[in-house]
Amino acid sequence: MSAGNALTRSAPWRGTAWLMGKLGISGRTLVIAVPMLWLGVFFLAPFFVLGRISLAEALIARPPYTPLFERGPDGSLQIIASLENYRFLMTDALYRNAYLSSIRVALVSTIFALLIGYPIAYYIARAPEPKRSILLLMVILPFWTSFLLRVYAWMGFLRSNGVINNTLISLGIIDAPLRMMQTDFAVYIGIVYTYLPFMILPLYANLTKLDSALLEAASDLGASPFVTFFTVTLPLSLPGIVAGSMLVFIPAIGEYVIPALLGGPDTLMIGRVLWDEFFSSRDWPVASAVAIVMLVLVVAPIMWLQSIQNRREEG
Amino acid sequence: MRGWFLPLAVAFGFIFLYAPIVSLVVFSFNESRLVTVWGGFSTRWYGELLRDRQILGSAWISLQVAFASATLATVIGTLGAFVLTRFSSFTGRLLLTGMITAPLVMPEVITGLSLLLLFVSMELTLGWPAGRGLTTIIIAHTTFCAAFVAVIAQSRLRSMDESLEEAARDLGAGPVRVFFDVTLPVIAPALVAGWLLAFTLSLDDLVIASFVSGPGASTLPMVIFSKVRLGVSPDINALATIIIGFVLVAVLIAGWLMRRALRKGG
Amino acid sequence: MSQPAIAADTKPWRREGATPFISVRGVTKQFGDFTAVADVDLEIYKSELFCLLGESGCGKSTLLRMLAGFEQATSGTITIDGEDMARVPPDRRPTNMMFQSYALFPHMTVEKNVAYGLLREGLKKSVAYERAAEMLRMVKLEKLARRRPDQLSGGQRQRVALARALVKRPKLLLLDEPLGALDKKLREETQFELIKIQETLGVTFIVVTHDQDEAMTLATRIGVMKDGKIEQIGEPREIYETPNSRFVADFIGSVNLFEGKVDAVAPDMMRIETYELGPVLLPPQAGLTLGQQVWGAVRPERFAISRSKPENTPNTWQGVVEEMGYIGHMSQYRIRLSNGVLIRASQSNRLRDEDPISWDEKVWISVQPSAFRVLTR
Ligand SMILES: Nc1ncnc2c1ncn2[C@@H]1O[C@H](COP(=O)(O)OP(=O)(O)OP(=O)(O)O)[C@@H](O)[C@H]1O
Ligand SMILES: [Mg+2]
Repeated sequence: MSAGNALTRSAPWRGTAWLMGKLGISGRTLVIAVPMLWLGVFFLAPFFVLGRISLAEALIARPPYTPLFERGPDGSLQIIASLENYRFLMTDALYRNAYLSSIRVALVSTIFALLIGYPIAYYIARAPEPKRSILLLMVILPFWTSFLLRVYAWMGFLRSNGVINNTLISLGIIDAPLRMMQTDFAVYIGIVYTYLPFMILPLYANLTKLDSALLEAASDLGASPFVTFFTVTLPLSLPGIVAGSMLVFIPAIGEYVIPALLGGPDTLMIGRVLWDEFFSSRDWPVASAVAIVMLVLVVAPIMWLQSIQNRREEG
Repeated sequence: MRGWFLPLAVAFGFIFLYAPIVSLVVFSFNESRLVTVWGGFSTRWYGELLRDRQILGSAWISLQVAFASATLATVIGTLGAFVLTRFSSFTGRLLLTGMITAPLVMPEVITGLSLLLLFVSMELTLGWPAGRGLTTIIIAHTTFCAAFVAVIAQSRLRSMDESLEEAARDLGAGPVRVFFDVTLPVIAPALVAGWLLAFTLSLDDLVIASFVSGPGASTLPMVIFSKVRLGVSPDINALATIIIGFVLVAVLIAGWLMRRALRKGG
Repeated sequence: MSQPAIAADTKPWRREGATPFISVRGVTKQFGDFTAVADVDLEIYKSELFCLLGESGCGKSTLLRMLAGFEQATSGTITIDGEDMARVPPDRRPTNMMFQSYALFPHMTVEKNVAYGLLREGLKKSVAYERAAEMLRMVKLEKLARRRPDQLSGGQRQRVALARALVKRPKLLLLDEPLGALDKKLREETQFELIKIQETLGVTFIVVTHDQDEAMTLATRIGVMKDGKIEQIGEPREIYETPNSRFVADFIGSVNLFEGKVDAVAPDMMRIETYELGPVLLPPQAGLTLGQQVWGAVRPERFAISRSKPENTPNTWQGVVEEMGYIGHMSQYRIRLSNGVLIRASQSNRLRDEDPISWDEKVWISVQPSAFRVLTR
């Protein structure tokens, strides 16, 4: 029937189809090529550049690093690559401490986010309808405002003449201001505060799926609410806990802004070290080496864990 | 988890979430320069903010960047999601899957640094991009935002009834037509959500923009950061209040539109 | 339905050498190692209403999707009206499909849904909408043309889907469980409507269903599928009366099966020695050898139940009514024979005030020799 010839008959498609046919490209290939090329050039290729520059030496020039190839005295092309930067990272305790302390800060913040987020998620999941939507919106709302300004808000809160200290002093609870700004404590608060919605949302999604008949069955079988929570609710919400914790842990570990604004000079985090290496020391090769080590030690394990998790969900 | 513990914990959580924001807003109307000491009501910081050319200029740059990169990211993210959900096997499928999800877990400092190094070496070898500025920020934001759009689009494409597309095919539409006539309209709400998310992420980004921007192309977060780093400053409070007010109004309008759409649909 | 003068005109499959409209030859579909459709041969004639019947997962939808062009056959050929379909994409096939989920475009009105296919044909907008309106009148939905699919009831959606698939006047309409989502009453009404529409338009239908009553009501012929293969093809009556296997006999209607061996063959009679009933006499059947293992199949309604011993048949047994179910137009019985075998029998309730046979009564059951169907597999 003539029905099917619509494609060949409508003019714009006909022109495109003809051109692509001439070039030997199928529409399918074209559609695949667009995201593939973009991400290949702007996401994948940069890592090769990163790796290559991590093997160079810093120069005071433009660009501020030695070239990878150089003509030898006999005119032959020589590759100059040195592992000097990596050796430096391993010998200088600063970097090792920064990696370890990043993991610690991210871990502690994740635990606190879970402790604060779980009751909220649980409460919202159990709330009746109009209340539930409103509370959920209230959890998401801060996320839509500026991240930087939310961190900034805590600066006004935690300073020695900030809101908390002023309140406590005027209430007569303390005499001298507590030092909260520029401490690890402030960094924990900043991270928990910023990423709390990421903890609450997956938990909430998981807890609403929890069949209330299960809880009724448990109490019917004689479990107290306390026991029910620890034997039924908590184990069943484990996937939500894992998902939420990942969403907090992952951005926290490479965080720069929060330790830079709320942390003290001794708050070591690897994102901050990389930033300083690049912007303050202007040592691009060392900054690249820090990034490569971070990729291998932090990002690769996270991606591996996630692929396991995905496979488990599908299987 | 019953009795007093749960409500108390929830109340504490919401106070934790909102107290800093509320104090930010309150002190934006403070007469005193000392941000946290009340010196009487005033709107002088708003006036000062509106006269600050640097902030206004950077806000304009940020909006341009966010608009362009959200739009580009929506196109690229949607194509990627479409390819991954609808084409069962092609060479490089695994690579594309990896490249689309990896930006989600990539620390911003690494994305920023590696892209900058790419731009620098591209400029050295190809002569493009000449210097860094708006274009490079847009490229960088598009790349990491595309991943977020792709995640949203992918989950919508997976849940969409594929027989809708087959029905259109069956009724005589070619593959391209099917995409524009059926797939796109059906997943449009998800794409709007993806665009909004990308827009917000781009507006919010400090780290990546700091790496890949050049002189004369400072985004709003970069300007705020440089001011805030030196300590609290009341005109930033005013700016925060304006942004919060803007978001609130947008959310209320969106909520109202959504309820109206629901009522019309039901 | 008007009665045709010559049966062969409306039943071309009975005529030797008639050309089929659709022919499926040796079609196999594999998903990885799994064979969903295995070496299917099928010939369907113009204006037929062919039903594909089978259990869930037996490959009905897959076969249909290969006809529509959504799946590529692993091997074999499909021709429609003499044209090989192998390299024809779904949008250029002379077929239309009504989907199990209806697949109505949620963002288009009823009218737009129906006109969509016509517009793709390159028809002018005014013409397309005129024809869509005509089609909507036919399925009695003209009043709802401006609604969206989510503002319709299940039955209305089903009719929109039908209208959308029919409006292009396809050579072949494929319907995947078209009535599956409707409740029983609506479903029965719609069955007759479907037949009426099909006869009016003269379009060839292939309907997939797993409801045997539906298949019996709708079909000119039925193809019974099992594990990707076609077990038997025939008119509803043929399938019911002369099933070719235990599977078909059991799948269509209910049946009593008795296993046994061919015991004696005479020109006018044959005897089968069964485990359950002992010797059974029945008319001779071609192709059976002495001692061959066979199964005798008897439909429940073919058993006669009486209080006294019947004289007109050699096949009689005695038993006790163990269970009885009154369904209205008939009653179903389970009768336990003295050797412990349970027989399913049924009787129609023609009289209102007769004294029905009931629980625990001692009864005779009998069956005419011709009511036995001998199956070899
Ligand atoms: N795309 C696919 N990939 C792998 N297996 C498939 C695919 N499509 C169908 N199958 C398998 O092929 C078999 C036949 O499926 P099909 O959908 O044809 O069944 P059906 O007879 O229509 O069943 P139902 O009555 O439940 O609709 C099933 O076992 C199914 O799991
Ligand atoms: Mg099916």
